[in-house]
Amino acid sequence: MNKPMTMTQKILAAHAGKPYVEAGELILVDLDMVLANDITAPVAINEFGRFGKEGVFDKNKISLVMDHFAPNKDIKAAEQCKLCRDFANDKGIVNFYDGGEMGVEHALLPEKGLVTAGDLVIGADSHTCTYGALGAFSTGVGSTDMSCGMATGKAWLKVPSAIKFVLKGKLNKWVSGKDVILHIIGKIGVDGALYKSMEYTGEGVAELSVSDRLCIANMAIEAGAKNGIFEVDDKTLEFLKEAGAKEPVIYKADEDAVYDEVYEIDLSTITPTVAFPHLPENARTFDQIGEVKIDQVVIGSCTNGRLEDLVKAAEILKGKKVKKGVRVIVIPATQKIYLEAMEMGILKTFIEAGALVSTPTCGPCLGGHMGILAKGERAVATTNRNFVGRMGHPESEVYLASPEVAAASAITGRISEPKEVM
Amino acid sequence: MNVKGKAIKYGDNIDTDVIIPARYLNTTDKKELASHCMEDLDKDFHSKISAGDILVAGNNFGCGSSREHAPIAIKESGIALIIANSFARIFYRNAINIGLPIIECPEAVADAESGDEIGMDFNSGVIVNYTKNKEYKAAAFPAFIQAIIEKGGLVEAVNADIFGGTK
Ligand code: SF4
Repeated sequence: MNKPMTMTQKILAAHAGKPYVEAGELILVDLDMVLANDITAPVAINEFGRFGKEGVFDKNKISLVMDHFAPNKDIKAAEQCKLCRDFANDKGIVNFYDGGEMGVEHALLPEKGLVTAGDLVIGADSHTCTYGALGAFSTGVGSTDMSCGMATGKAWLKVPSAIKFVLKGKLNKWVSGKDVILHIIGKIGVDGALYKSMEYTGEGVAELSVSDRLCIANMAIEAGAKNGIFEVDDKTLEFLKEAGAKEPVIYKADEDAVYDEVYEIDLSTITPTVAFPHLPENARTFDQIGEVKIDQVVIGSCTNGRLEDLVKAAEILKGKKVKKGVRVIVIPATQKIYLEAMEMGILKTFIEAGALVSTPTCGPCLGGHMGILAKGERAVATTNRNFVGRMGHPESEVYLASPEVAAASAITGRISEPKEVM
Repeated sequence: MNVKGKAIKYGDNIDTDVIIPARYLNTTDKKELASHCMEDLDKDFHSKISAGDILVAGNNFGCGSSREHAPIAIKESGIALIIANSFARIFYRNAINIGLPIIECPEAVADAESGDEIGMDFNSGVIVNYTKNKEYKAAAFPAFIQAIIEKGGLVEAVNADIFGGTK
């Protein structure tokens, strides 16, 4: 009889062609999708030539998304995107996204139905772990791994042990997935799940929207984890169907699977949470936050740039004005989200409130363009990292928060909870 | 000893954004990346380092983004080995895949100070701090990883069909 496995271990075993895999074991797996962006793909493309192989392993199983420095911010960025475009054309890569088809990669792939439950995905971008929200195993790797994946359709992985998070209860109003994950990282630390898998289960999962789950899985890497993964339920299946994803394969952890640690999290006890500079683990709730004046607000990114995030922010900003002197930048994560937000009148709400709305891009999230901070400036951002210099000058500061907190702070000009303005 | 050099020591959670800030990621030129290595943390890093030096750090070194530009910038700066308490996993993979030796050894990290003369023998896993006159034994790499390092990186390993026997 096989020994029990976690959800992650089951997906890995299936892709390694083995009945059972053990934590710590090194395995070679078959890949369902290999991803890179305009920063990591050029390094991978340079390496690709060294494999002495003409073609890629599967033209349909590679995604190249021009999102970080796109629309091309300078000549060098333009050259990098051109290198990717030429490579995609040359190799016949189907899923190449740029210009009017673009979006931030981790919002784009689920939306396009390019990832389904049970898939094994690697991406040369650390937030590739996002797709765990859909019941896939997905993890970030580097460019050489990505290059090897493009050439062979395979990758080497170490089977992770896991931490189980049993969710119960229901989120309160103005509290969302971002508060949950900041709460968790605040609890376990930025290396609290190093090399491990974070598995989410329990009746509380059903209370979370797919958008919340994508946000929570997205930040698994911020706890050092290899992946974050949610049990598949009706909401997942409905999402996958709507996106036109291929037939899902549902894996469930064995009842007696072994976990390094188990945390019980009551969603109803979580309150709006903000991560102070310069680590995502510096989580504080509003009883610990004094007066923190801000210069900029960013609502967007692969963490919180989905339609649901924009809807919540707009609900708070509707009929109100952004505090004078605060720059508020709203970035829908994909063209589809942009269009839907436009049709719903949400973009109008933002602009009337005094915010600016940008075309989809990673932009300020990584300090690339479209909203860089000057020395000494502070931003509240719905992004996922607040490292030194992440959004600009090494002496600027980023405070991570939900779209709800970001919108409330835009109105007051200091870090504020939604209930202050509603 | 495979490597022997002067230590330069930093703290915990050194992330890839300080190793190589995103504003320089519009290039893949190794020399250019190396010239900005660590500059947001230690703007003199580039001028302090000589080829063969050893970087020593605390917990979770290389956390953050998957940018392979980070280990590339460090390697190209001349760093021959990184010793840390622990590494972030993507950084760990990337370093192995490009053939930059990295090793976890908290005991060696605890004693080391910037400027110490440190060496390591890859086969035995023995690390020596000559300045402090102390010796440490680090865990050896698993055979699979050692094979990648021996071949000089993942591309070479794949070309040599190293994956053949693992499935
Ligand atoms: S939005 Fe930010 S975190 Fe997400 S992929 Fe882009 S740069 Fe990375």
